[in-house]
Amino acid sequence: MNVGHTQAFFGSLGRLARSPVSTLLTLLVIALALALPASLRLFVTNAQAATGNFGSAIDLSVYFRTDVPLAKAQQLANAARARADVAEVKLISADKGLEDFRNYSGFGDALAALKENPLPHMLHVHPRDTASTPAALEALRGYFSAWPEVELVQVDAQWVQRFNAILEVLRELLAIAAALLGVGVLAVIGNTIRLEIAGRRAEIEVIKLVGGSNSFVRRPFLYIGLLYGLGGALLAWGIIAVAVVLVGESVDKLARLYGSHFQLQGPTAEEIGALLGAGAVLGWIGAWISAARHLRSIEPRA
Amino acid sequence: MIVFEQVSKRYATGREALSNVSFNIHTGEMVFLTGRSGAGKSTVLKLIALLERPTRGAVLVNGRNTRALKPRHIAAFRRHIGVVFQDHKLLADRPVFDNVALPLAVAGAPLKEMDKRVRAALDQVGLLGRERALPQELSVGEQQRVGIARAVVSKPPLLIADEPTGNLDPDLSLEVMRLFRRFQDVGVTVVVATHDLHLVREFGQRVITLEGGRLLGAAPPDTLPSVVAKR
Repeated sequence: MNVGHTQAFFGSLGRLARSPVSTLLTLLVIALALALPASLRLFVTNAQAATGNFGSAIDLSVYFRTDVPLAKAQQLANAARARADVAEVKLISADKGLEDFRNYSGFGDALAALKENPLPHMLHVHPRDTASTPAALEALRGYFSAWPEVELVQVDAQWVQRFNAILEVLRELLAIAAALLGVGVLAVIGNTIRLEIAGRRAEIEVIKLVGGSNSFVRRPFLYIGLLYGLGGALLAWGIIAVAVVLVGESVDKLARLYGSHFQLQGPTAEEIGALLGAGAVLGWIGAWISAARHLRSIEPRA
Repeated sequence: MIVFEQVSKRYATGREALSNVSFNIHTGEMVFLTGRSGAGKSTVLKLIALLERPTRGAVLVNGRNTRALKPRHIAAFRRHIGVVFQDHKLLADRPVFDNVALPLAVAGAPLKEMDKRVRAALDQVGLLGRERALPQELSVGEQQRVGIARAVVSKPPLLIADEPTGNLDPDLSLEVMRLFRRFQDVGVTVVVATHDLHLVREFGQRVITLEGGRLLGAAPPDTLPSVVAKR
């Protein structure tokens, strides 16, 4: 950075500090415009991480016919355990099932009225992580359905797939929102620079008169744009950090209710870098466009 | 240094400020440009500093035809011309030092050299020690001298001044003119537009007189009285 750039940079910083209220308001607008897509992205990545946890928890429930004896179920469970795509098989006998149901459902007294156990034996099959794709799950389902002793195979993956589809829509919305709000940031900074240029018209005329090149005249405005963009991005980061802390507790509570250890993740260092970078670049570009448009029209008059 | 060849200038408003004006100003010369207001003095200076371009004819400054100069070269071109204005055009929110240093800053001069040359220029106009003052803290005469210091700080070979004494009393006017004379003594070409004929006579330099956008006479100083008598 040569002397001219350093001077322009600190000159711009000083100028922003001299009108704190309007500078702060502009920064806030930019920060909100940046924080919105950034927090939407954070939501999507967190939701994905959360369903990723559930994804590894996709299980198959295999229900035998009620006339299948426990010994036969045991034998089939062992066969299933031998498969490469199965991580764990748990046999739940009809008696155990009824007991669990009695304990957890609150229908204890009603169940006591039953003459015999209506529940079948069942297998709780947990596939390996490598086999948790929809196609692999479908293959596994087919394998169990083919047994004549099996009445029903249930895969609880449908809601996860739906949720992932929703996330996909959100991701597309995020891209559109980011593009629109990016244009908004450009407009805000461009307009701020336009006002700045109008307010310093006399100075610009004199600078051009003593031989200041267009790039020399433009320089402080580009730095102002850069500072606005970067400052707005820093403020956006702060807003997101506060939001993550505030929402984090409720998310913890929610995750506990689902028996999950999921925790809300704040932005990664890379994401913060991208946010600051985007702010700086948008600020610079917005200032450049505005300066190119409005500085040309200012020519010195003697 | 400066050649005007059958120069005419018509503004967008339709007013013809200059009609078919030709003259030469040699390197190292000091020339007064006189005439009533509206006679075209300011237009001549604007054409020299490339604030305007001629409608017809050619303006050559330092051997360069201003018409052929591309817009991106105008800034560098202006750095070779020091300009002094009647209203001095100082930046009110910057101290004297910053104002005088501006031509050096736009040329990218290092800070150390800037400091040295600004102080030298302020010394020449008798304002050394006032670097930190704001323009409004100075008298009108002092402000004008700051404007002159700014015009000469980058040692341009050509100095042009538009009514530099317009707001000054006779004593201060004389002082300012002497200052210009001193720059001429060190080889600077000086063009001063003024309607103060007493001052012009006192200095005995070549005079170019304009009237209604036409050249009335590029008279040597001894013939000046007859030119004045005609008016």
